[in-house]
Amino acid sequence: MFNLVEKRRWFFIISAFLIVPGLLAMVYSTITTGAPFRLSIDFVGGSIYDLSFFETGITENNIREAFAEYDDRSLTVQRLTLDDGSERWSVRGSFLEQEQTEQILDNLNQFSLLDRERTQIERVSETIGAEVGRAAFFAVLAASFIVSFFIIIAFRTVPNALRYGLSAIAAMVHDVLVVMGLASIMGLFFGWEVDALFLTAVLTVLAYSVQDSIVLFDRIRENIPQYLGEPYETIVNRSIWETIHRSLATQLNAFFIMAAILLFGGETIKQFIAILFIGLVSGTYSSIFTAAPLLVAWEKGELPFMSRIGGLLPSPLPLENDGV
Amino acid sequence: MARHYRWLAVIVLLVAFCVWVSLPGTTGLDWNNDGTLDLVVEQKLGLDLVGGVRVLLEAQLPPGSFTAEDLQRAADNVNKRVNGLGLTEATVQVQGDRRILVELPGVTDKKQAVNTIKATALLEFVDFAGIPGAGNLDDARILTDEQDQLLKARGEQASGDLLRRPDNGQPFSTILTGADLKSASAQFDAQTSGFFIAVELSDAAVATFSQFTGARIGQPMAIVLDSTVLSAPIIQSQLGASFIIEGQFTQDEANSLALQLRSGALPIPMREEAASDVGATLGQESVNLSIRAGVIGVLVVLTFMMLYYRVPGTAAALALIVFALLNFAAYKLIPVTLTLPAITGFLISIGTAVDGNILIFERMKEELRAGKPLGMALDLGFNRAWGSIRDSNISTIIICSVLFFFGQTPGASVVSGFAITLILGLLINLFTAVIVTRTFLYLLASWLQKPLSEKKWLLGA
Repeated sequence: MFNLVEKRRWFFIISAFLIVPGLLAMVYSTITTGAPFRLSIDFVGGSIYDLSFFETGITENNIREAFAEYDDRSLTVQRLTLDDGSERWSVRGSFLEQEQTEQILDNLNQFSLLDRERTQIERVSETIGAEVGRAAFFAVLAASFIVSFFIIIAFRTVPNALRYGLSAIAAMVHDVLVVMGLASIMGLFFGWEVDALFLTAVLTVLAYSVQDSIVLFDRIRENIPQYLGEPYETIVNRSIWETIHRSLATQLNAFFIMAAILLFGGETIKQFIAILFIGLVSGTYSSIFTAAPLLVAWEKGELPFMSRIGGLLPSPLPLENDGV
Repeated sequence: MARHYRWLAVIVLLVAFCVWVSLPGTTGLDWNNDGTLDLVVEQKLGLDLVGGVRVLLEAQLPPGSFTAEDLQRAADNVNKRVNGLGLTEATVQVQGDRRILVELPGVTDKKQAVNTIKATALLEFVDFAGIPGAGNLDDARILTDEQDQLLKARGEQASGDLLRRPDNGQPFSTILTGADLKSASAQFDAQTSGFFIAVELSDAAVATFSQFTGARIGQPMAIVLDSTVLSAPIIQSQLGASFIIEGQFTQDEANSLALQLRSGALPIPMREEAASDVGATLGQESVNLSIRAGVIGVLVVLTFMMLYYRVPGTAAALALIVFALLNFAAYKLIPVTLTLPAITGFLISIGTAVDGNILIFERMKEELRAGKPLGMALDLGFNRAWGSIRDSNISTIIICSVLFFFGQTPGASVVSGFAITLILGLLINLFTAVIVTRTFLYLLASWLQKPLSEKKWLLGA
């Protein structure tokens, strides 16, 4: 059995490579725009118009003219090119009331007939946006705390229970950072915006990451009494290989479903699925290459300040002696 | 063995029940407030699948100047208007302490709908006697003593740009308000090809109004809606209980106004804070695409499970079908409103359901490779895997609950749909992954005992 855990220094470095660019992007974004990602109207307020016209021919200037009465320079107009040759535009502007919106739609009709039944308009005021933003922040915080608490309790019968909890949490944080970093980078380069659904993706990734870690830790917990003579590192390694089939099979199935949605589902959900997919892959990666190695490193006292923590509980395992 | 057959019977009954519930013609259940059961014919679909409008209204008053009852009355009022528009699928909900959420799925005339429900609709008949140039004040915004009183009661000041009486700078006097109307309806005048409102006063107001109009013949009287003068006709004769209001209304305007008058003025002025407007065709396309994607995804998963795990895989595939049916029936019975995020939540829960089965089967394979006999391998597989399934499902349910509460924030309502279907899927999974899969697997194992003991590969080992 190939000793994965032995190579843990490499894995920590790889993780750093995955996380640091994302962190840099978030910092840069916060400095330049005040938020770590491009925020959608769900969080900052505004209006998004997904306009569909019966015929082609309308230009960006036409659209800007239609909006000119009520909206200002902050208007973003984009043409959506789709394979079926339809004329679709996406316009992002400030929050307006119903009457004003209707007026704008009438204006647009002057230029080209609007397909009202294929059009979608979302409007959110800044107040609501700010509230949603706050709620999102607290939701992530609350979820993280509650789940961490749960893991610690679930593993309380294992020696050094706290370590399992904290390692799973570290894997969870790793995944959340990867996902947020991805969103930030995509925002900077491709204009991807973060909306309420993104938060759903983050929390789902969190859930999967924890699920994955729990399955692995369960196996370790089971193997410890069974292989009492073996060094901790070997037990962890064995547990990883024993659960890897299940991890891969689950990933594959999740991938099938998401691929189906990506290929055959509607437009709106593509970004959400892409982020979810990366997050799930990261979840599996982090259980094997972050959480488990952390456990071993901790046991071996390789973590500078940590050997005191978690070691307060009596351990029935013989301590690892290097070279003996 | 007998208990597996018993469970099989339970499962078959459940499936039959679910299929019956899920069939398009069949009814779901809708609990009314008074405890009676209403049979709903269709699966409730959200705005993004059916098209329509969602509006979040916020009280335009400082907090503390109105009570929760006022807000509820405003919501009831909006509800009356919504029903008056013939929108039976609509929902009106109070959110928090200052907001009302209105959802109008399937509404065709969105402009009229939103205008109807938003407007305060305070109608006043105002004394314009002795006001110079009364005929030119159409569309002017004026301040009346009625409005003044309402504002003072809320601790507010009247806006500076509302006109007062030019002779003494006081607010205009209100003779009657919309509350004094017994009925109002929009009528068509063939002669002028315009619409007007035919109103009837309540008995209590008739005397006052008669006296007033009798004493003011030849003088103008203004009809004011939400501070704006609609018209200021001259009183031709003493008016009684029934009369008409003219204002060059279009049909939509007349209908809208009549409806607002019938349901009464909103006790609290409201303003839009968020709105969603989805075209019906867009919605239909979304439904089709989602269904297509979902079906393809699930088929691929089923095929994979059957190919990779063979006999146990088939048991899992059957269990997955039961899982899906249970979910659909639950959506109709609870009921759960399906939106795009809700459908996504369901698909993700399928992933978790499959994961549970995989955990069991991988463990089984291990035990078989270790040389254990089939029966024992099955038992060990289920028993050992249950702990992991339970713990991981519970942690995901916890996170979904957090998501659900986050979804209660007004702007993020889409999220709660996802959370609900995911939680439902996870809970149902706790049942199907263990009981249903186990039943099918044990039964298959006993029926195929001979071939299985000879050809181990059938077990996916």
